[in-house]
Amino acid sequence: MKSLAELQEIRNKVLGQVNLRKEREDGIRVVVGMATCGIAAGARPVLNAFLSEIGKRELKDVMVTQTGCIGMCRLEPIVEIYMPGEEKVTYVKMTEDKVARVVAEHIVNKQPVVEYTIGAVKD
Amino acid sequence: MKELSLHILDIIQNSVNAGASIIEIEIEEEEKEDIFRFSVKDNGCGMSADFLRKVKDPFTTTRTTRKTGLGIPLLEAAAVQCGGRLDIVSEPGKGTAVTAVFQNSHIDRAPLGDMAQTMVTVISGSPEIDFLYTHIKNGQSFVFQTEDLRRVLQGVPLDTPEIIGWIEEAVREGLAEIQVK
Repeated sequence: MKSLAELQEIRNKVLGQVNLRKEREDGIRVVVGMATCGIAAGARPVLNAFLSEIGKRELKDVMVTQTGCIGMCRLEPIVEIYMPGEEKVTYVKMTEDKVARVVAEHIVNKQPVVEYTIGAVKD
Repeated sequence: MKELSLHILDIIQNSVNAGASIIEIEIEEEEKEDIFRFSVKDNGCGMSADFLRKVKDPFTTTRTTRKTGLGIPLLEAAAVQCGGRLDIVSEPGKGTAVTAVFQNSHIDRAPLGDMAQTMVTVISGSPEIDFLYTHIKNGQSFVFQTEDLRRVLQGVPLDTPEIIGWIEEAVREGLAEIQVK
């Protein structure tokens, strides 16, 4: 198993950055629906992909959180992104593969990926 | 659900919603006895005897509360389909324990799947909760508890990306050591 000494090293490294995160209350929020419907539809790998992509890019002002059933189970996995001062954007039928593009285009470059949003769903 | 680890994730979410501060997950795979068992035990708000009687019925539960719904009936169906069962013990104010038993070699038993992802999901979702995960396979065991990490981290939250990355690898490696695939 990985050693706690290694964890200690990571802790010392990130200590300064954590304080930085706490000060930013106006950060970006990524909310993943994680009720039974979301889990069954594949929300877990989507959430994990957001965590690792945001970790890899060292985006300090992005929080990934979870919520229950959003009420549109047939469109799960659903991810909502809240940017300060912007209207919420709802992504539907998310997959692991779509995450990198959402992070790059929406979170980093502030351009929502319109084709993945709820507005693009045809009934 | 395609993986038992997704059922486990779903049941843990119930414990989180029940306001638990400690959640214990135990998985036991015993090939000789042909048993696959897991339990999720919490110190959350618990359920009344009346509610407990109805909790396995999707048509009663979905309309009375948001805490349950299809999660428990789906898990029960999966267990029963594999010659097993689902037991729930609960006491108001004390907590709830959900135990699912499967015939390990049953053709319909879903694979365990990615427990590292399940742990990362629940820890990042509720970094303030203490999780204790014990996995026993054929007598060998792996124990992972957030309490140990907290002692080292001294105030650095568990949901810091670098820490989450470490947790995922630690669980993956720990399970590999006891031959959990």
